[in-house]
Amino acid sequence: MANYPQSLIALADPTRLAVFERLGQGPAAVHEIAKGLPVSRPAVSQHLRVLKDANLVFDRQIGNRRIYQLNPAGIESIRAYFDQFWGDALESFKSFVENREPKKPIPSNATNKTRSSRPKNRRRKR
Amino acid sequence: MQQTKQDPVVRKIVVVNAEQEHAFAVFTNNMGQWWPKEHHIGGSPMVAVVVEPRNGGRWYEKDEDGSECDWGTVLVYDPPRKVVFSWHLNGDFEFVPDRARASEVEVRFISEHPGTTKVELEHRHFERHGESGDRLRTEVDKPGGWSYVLEGYGKLMTARDLGQ
Repeated sequence: MANYPQSLIALADPTRLAVFERLGQGPAAVHEIAKGLPVSRPAVSQHLRVLKDANLVFDRQIGNRRIYQLNPAGIESIRAYFDQFWGDALESFKSFVENREPKKPIPSNATNKTRSSRPKNRRRKR
Repeated sequence: MQQTKQDPVVRKIVVVNAEQEHAFAVFTNNMGQWWPKEHHIGGSPMVAVVVEPRNGGRWYEKDEDGSECDWGTVLVYDPPRKVVFSWHLNGDFEFVPDRARASEVEVRFISEHPGTTKVELEHRHFERHGESGDRLRTEVDKPGGWSYVLEGYGKLMTARDLGQ
């Protein structure tokens, strides 16, 4: 699928998923995350960076500790991706199915061809 | 097109000028002809999308080079009213067989007037793509992972709504 959301791509890696799930138990520093995993601290840092770029975690400096935690907005990117995708797909479905209607009499508006697929009533609200 | 803000669920509605039976048939039998072409996973161009017309059937793409790539499973096949798929593609475009790690797409076809059908689509549970199967089975009730994220997401959306 074209442009699959960064967040899903990030979670496809098992170690990254483990890091992510560890943070589900609560905010933690790199060494705390690394403790429960069979990978080095630099590797954990690397994974955290990818998760951060994907908007799935964020970090804060608390004193001399950098604490990582899950970003509740992370899932929004996945939702937004599918929202956009299904919008396009259903519009495409609509224009296809309406041009493939079997030869049956259409009860009303029979002369109204529904060929154009671009809706005119799309208004942007501000 | 509508959606709720509380759940991380995608809901879409489209009204098509076609009979219910026809809309259902085109949606399932001719999926490759209306599916956005760039959205597929095979290495060579996609020539068809197959929905096996039965509960438990395969849902897959066929490519020019003859290969078949699974996307999911037909969970419910109920013509001409409803079809439900599981969506098993992870971020690496790999098919993950584990149902616990698949999201779900439900499509309902509702006859409104003669010649008009409302198509309601709901894509849900996509947070499961980021859930390890083991964890989901053994720790499903523990707070953490996506349940934590979803809770936060719900709060965030509520806060945003209240703020407006």
